[in-house]
Amino acid sequence: MVELLGTRERQVARSGAGRVELDCEKQSTSGSVSQRACTFCGSRVVLYPIADAVHLVHGPIGCAVYTWDIRGALSSGPELHRLSFSTDLRERHVVFGGERQLEESLLELIERHSPRAAFVYATCIVGVIGDDVDAVCRTVAERTGIPVIPVGSEGFRGSKKQGYDAACTALMSLIGTGDTTGTGRHSVNLLGDFNLAGEIWIIAEYLRRMGVEVVANLTGDGRVDDIRRAHGAALNLVQCSGSTTKLAKQMQASYGIPFQQVSYFGLDDMAAALYGIAEHFKDPAMLQRTRELVAEEIAAALPVVAECRASLEGKRAAIYVGGAFKAISLVKALRMLGVRSVLVGSQTGSAEDYAYLAGLCDPGTVIVDDSNPAELSGFLAEEKVDLFVGGVKERPLAYKLGVAFCDHNHERKIPLEGFVGMANFALEVRASVCSPVWQFAHRNRSTSISVPQEVVS
Amino acid sequence: MTARVGPGVALAGSDRTPRGTVPRSVSTTNACRMCMPLGACLAYTGFEGAVPFLHGSQGCATYIRRYLISHFQEPMDIASSSVGEAATVFGGEENLRVGIANVTRVYQPQMIGVATTCLTETIGEDVRGMLLRIAGPDEPATSTDGGSADRAPDGPTTVRLVHASTPAYAGTQADGYQAAVAATVERLAEPGPRTEQVVLLPGIVSTADLRHLREIADGLGVQHSVLPDYSDRLDGAAATRYEMLPPGGATLAEVAASGSASAAITLGGLVTPGTRLAGEVLADSFGIAHHSLPLPIGIRLTDRFTEQLAELSGRPVPAWLAAERGRLVDAYVDGHKHVAERTAVVFGDEDLVLGLCVWLAEIGITPTVCATGGRSGRLAQEISRLAPELDGRVQVIDDGDLEMIEAAARQVAPDLLIGSSKGYPVARRLGVPLIRVGLPIHDRVGAQRVRHLGYRGAQELFDRVANALIERRQDSSPVGYAYM
Repeated sequence: MVELLGTRERQVARSGAGRVELDCEKQSTSGSVSQRACTFCGSRVVLYPIADAVHLVHGPIGCAVYTWDIRGALSSGPELHRLSFSTDLRERHVVFGGERQLEESLLELIERHSPRAAFVYATCIVGVIGDDVDAVCRTVAERTGIPVIPVGSEGFRGSKKQGYDAACTALMSLIGTGDTTGTGRHSVNLLGDFNLAGEIWIIAEYLRRMGVEVVANLTGDGRVDDIRRAHGAALNLVQCSGSTTKLAKQMQASYGIPFQQVSYFGLDDMAAALYGIAEHFKDPAMLQRTRELVAEEIAAALPVVAECRASLEGKRAAIYVGGAFKAISLVKALRMLGVRSVLVGSQTGSAEDYAYLAGLCDPGTVIVDDSNPAELSGFLAEEKVDLFVGGVKERPLAYKLGVAFCDHNHERKIPLEGFVGMANFALEVRASVCSPVWQFAHRNRSTSISVPQEVVS
Repeated sequence: MTARVGPGVALAGSDRTPRGTVPRSVSTTNACRMCMPLGACLAYTGFEGAVPFLHGSQGCATYIRRYLISHFQEPMDIASSSVGEAATVFGGEENLRVGIANVTRVYQPQMIGVATTCLTETIGEDVRGMLLRIAGPDEPATSTDGGSADRAPDGPTTVRLVHASTPAYAGTQADGYQAAVAATVERLAEPGPRTEQVVLLPGIVSTADLRHLREIADGLGVQHSVLPDYSDRLDGAAATRYEMLPPGGATLAEVAASGSASAAITLGGLVTPGTRLAGEVLADSFGIAHHSLPLPIGIRLTDRFTEQLAELSGRPVPAWLAAERGRLVDAYVDGHKHVAERTAVVFGDEDLVLGLCVWLAEIGITPTVCATGGRSGRLAQEISRLAPELDGRVQVIDDGDLEMIEAAARQVAPDLLIGSSKGYPVARRLGVPLIRVGLPIHDRVGAQRVRHLGYRGAQELFDRVANALIERRQDSSPVGYAYM
């Protein structure tokens, strides 16, 4: 049995034995080696793909260093977001305040790079030394004529979720400041897609084929001017529910824009997302185009999925990702590959998310919130897991134990969204699960991976 | 002699005009350093049974884990006291107490290496005092004290609590690393009758380097300890079961015995003024002879190291090591024309940059820009001291970022860059090869296996540099060619 710290006992459950009610959305247990980051991280990952803005981290150097080009969010044009700007506070700033350093840094960077806006991320100590970041931003905005937006992302304020909220607040201050003339009736904003490995381009192409106009990307391959006129769109599509649902709700309240929660992972969810859009616009021609698109794309992806399934049938997977919504799609996608999810967890899921997951998964599946290496490694062994789907921090846990791994986070280089993404996912999973290297690493495991065996004469 | 030619920019040797210096910005773009807590976590990982513990907000631990995992490709557990808003206002002692109790229970460590962060330093936490209250004044911490802990463990476990002050705004990863080693030695070294033991205190090097240092010391018959030694913990074998505490590391017995050692040798140790070195602690508190050498990179600096070891042990250089040196000289001769009169831009950790620049000089490559994010202020004078032939030919950038380094590189149009993988965008824009060394290497496999030290390390570096230059010429040749 995996031993849990007492305060964490209510953050782990098994499906199939009544309603799962996890005690989540709280500060990580001290000393538990949480896989979570901080408020700053939440803001930074949501906003950073806006490619024509300066993203200035106001604080000592570490916060900027560890988030430099962290996600591989791609841009079709400017790449300012891939630079790591910091006010690089020193001892003297901690003593005397960092406002002047911030102002001079902003003026310098805006002059050097001519961005369309600047975001200023407050880090832990900025909140403590009492810099008036808002006032500096106002001053610089007046002097430079571009929006300079403070992001209240002090790390200690909470978990990543508070950072998402701060990012949404920052985005709301931009939205509504641009001219919406010419925005069509069948128009959407893409929320919560960060264009990892060019994924948002796949989605945008589907939408183009359906006859849907994309007004603004929030924020993958994002542009400041698009975001300023995002309030002109007819519908918001919310992909990463954890990070941008709040923004969608705020836009609904302020501008009356309805939203749909969608997932672009897996064939079912991808198709459901596109049909949902077509149905929303109540345009029979669009619906017909969508049917054709879905049929065509699924026909292309299915043979790959079927081929991989043949090698993967009966394997057992663990899923530990940032947001619970993605975990839901992953359970379904893995099921399509014949893989059963035996552990599903996330850093920031809500009680409702986990209850839904518990219902979706087979009975006996471990459902976990805000886990850590001790628990995850224990479950990997206990549940005889063959495949771990997670992020960078989970990878060495899996590999150390001889478990295959699929990066479904920052470091993926191959698009996993869209119909083609499902085929890529299948290939990624097979490439790891069926690698012959496990024959040397799997000594202690009772489930054996089918690998070409050496012929013994 | 060095002349300051601008804030943070120095010219080694004062007799020539610099080819150009780059302006310094107010802000930092693409930093050429990491933060103090990262260095501290890396150092603590090099002690047996130790768990690094950051007193601060959750993000610091997670970011540093991610950064180091992407380099070492190994599990890297760093605990955090997860300081939130309330603890920021009212103080984080309770978080620290509960966190230490929880780590003690889950990991059953021998040692918890506590490092502070910007947040807890800025709110003025008296961590030393807190740890005394948590552990008791003289007794090591036991996990039974925490009524606030999740659950009392089965029995008292002895856990050594070490504390280093490491706010990111006060220094670099090198400072955090050295501060943590010094704090560990200060806390755990014990006096005793002098032994034969020699304490080796390397700066931040690779796991392959740590292993090779031991080999060289063994070869010279030097009884030694390496503090810290993360070679096994961050480059471990595939496991049959998950080890909460990866095996390996300098033992706490070795740390205790460092107080009675015959000598200590710091290798590297360029730090921001004010950062204390473990070697200095051993000298000041225990009267141990402290020798300070640069990282042994290349023939000249490795010779210094082996001579120092030979002097301490009274034993000659072993045949295998002499043979390695001989083969290296032979390789230098065989390949010298491929590297002769080439130029390089070198950047990264100060200790590494110093060693690499001195090495490049001995093979005929001029490190026209030697750049670091460090701020010891001593890099230029050290280069001048150890490779006087470079006087007047190199521009030294202290406390620089990669934007400055790129600007300087554009002025000198080097044949190659040598530094961490963070220089890749610069190398790509300049269209020159990047020889990946040091930390981090996030875009290639084998970061932990890159060897820099000793004759063997120089051999590997030489081959990589020469081949990069050969490959570039071959690729750009209109016909291609089959021989060098």
